[in-house]
Amino acid sequence: MINFFEQVRDIFTYMKEPLLVGILLSLCAAILGVVLVLKRYSMIGDGLSHVAFGSFAVALALNQTPVQFALPIVMVAAYILLRLGQNTKIKADAAIALLSSSALAIGYLAGSLSSGFTADINNYMFGSITTASKTDLYMIVPLAAIIIICFIVFYNRIFAVTFDESFAKATGMHTRFYNILLSIFTAIVVVIGMRIMGSLLISSLIIFPALTSMRVFNNFKKVIVSSMFISVFCFLVAFFAFSQYSSAASIVIVNLLVFILFTFIGMLIRRFGSRGI
Amino acid sequence: MKLLTCHDLAVGYDNKVVLANVNLEITNGDYVCIVGSNGSGKTTLIKTLVNLIPPISGKLKYDSTVEPKSIGYLPQKLEVQTDFPASVLEIVLSGCLNRLGWFPFYRKKEKELALRYIKLLEIENIKNKPFRSLSGGQQQRVLLARALCSTEKILFLDEPFAGLDVMMAQHLYEILDKINKEYGVTIVIISHDVNTIIKHATKVIHVDQTITFDGTPSDYLASGIGTQYTGGNYD
Repeated sequence: MINFFEQVRDIFTYMKEPLLVGILLSLCAAILGVVLVLKRYSMIGDGLSHVAFGSFAVALALNQTPVQFALPIVMVAAYILLRLGQNTKIKADAAIALLSSSALAIGYLAGSLSSGFTADINNYMFGSITTASKTDLYMIVPLAAIIIICFIVFYNRIFAVTFDESFAKATGMHTRFYNILLSIFTAIVVVIGMRIMGSLLISSLIIFPALTSMRVFNNFKKVIVSSMFISVFCFLVAFFAFSQYSSAASIVIVNLLVFILFTFIGMLIRRFGSRGI
Repeated sequence: MKLLTCHDLAVGYDNKVVLANVNLEITNGDYVCIVGSNGSGKTTLIKTLVNLIPPISGKLKYDSTVEPKSIGYLPQKLEVQTDFPASVLEIVLSGCLNRLGWFPFYRKKEKELALRYIKLLEIENIKNKPFRSLSGGQQQRVLLARALCSTEKILFLDEPFAGLDVMMAQHLYEILDKINKEYGVTIVIISHDVNTIIKHATKVIHVDQTITFDGTPSDYLASGIGTQYTGGNYD
């Protein structure tokens, strides 16, 4: 027992940045996730993380700073993917598959052509919470603040665009503005999140909490709030209880367990009346 | 007063013209029904009229009193997510958004408006229920209430009664009549049920690659195209 408390104390002393970055990242990912899942863009996080991986590998090959190099590329990719959803020629899911495999291939080539695959690139694949630094913290704190403020101020508009974009646009809303906002936020979350969750697992941080909440809650506001709690809860459980294992994998597993639990709760609620939640 | 004028309009997707040479006028208080067979371009036309698709060529002009935000629109059922986690009231209220300007939250008058239309469409008893737990007919009434909240001038409806039973459709037709006559809202509606809709409409537009008929329901029934399309069921 004393060991456990010592461990916790050590974590607070030596792992303060990873802990704070993780909590804020989980919060941001959960909020954006609700909108992305409901807009049928669950795979966008996955696609973008591959684009981010490709850009990181190219940045390392060119001796550039990865984050600054990748961020604009991922933002553009995010906007293109969100726009493609409205295009009749290419379906959004096909576009994401196309973009992510191409980006992965470019990244891999860039990696092998330069110095070969270093530990750095391996970290980008599977992530490591210990890599979170002060720089990440300085990026995520304002981002989280902006996302939360935007979601409070634009809540009704975000609701309308998510529920029915055609109606929102036809009745005079600037839907493009909200799509740009959503792409920028998603891009930043993916780029920062990639180093913690890895490019293979970051999308789970975005979609799991939203899907879990929707098993039980029937109201947009409650789904968002519940996703925030679930996301942070799962991160904390993984962070403290499974600190000796891979952080990204543990976060996904905890999320999966909570998802299964909520599925059961949802079934029970539907079975025994009271649909009002 | 002319609310909307189209001059030599060509509409379609990706530069592929679906309807060409569209010339039409919609006047304040009209109840216009757009009819035509599947794939004739009815939905494309309405989407162009509500500014969802840019016209390929020609002119589309709204009267200066009609802003994009005085347009009400009810999309085809297929385009709305029926499993969305939201309550009925939340969805109806989202129709009032274009009345807010830059204000972020709904005020008392928007809430009152939403409740007024909830009452009119007789969905008061389900206003706090989750949208996804409702039947198709109830969902359609919720979406109609939302469309009404967004306009006092002109309302576009794309097959609002598809998949509803006869009684329910009849009830909604009566509500639309009331909105048109008592509230003075101009209605533009697409319907496959041509025999019913022309009893309510004041103007019929038949489309088939272009506008092949534009006139009153009685003229439509007397015309060759009308006789053919309605099955000649009228005396």
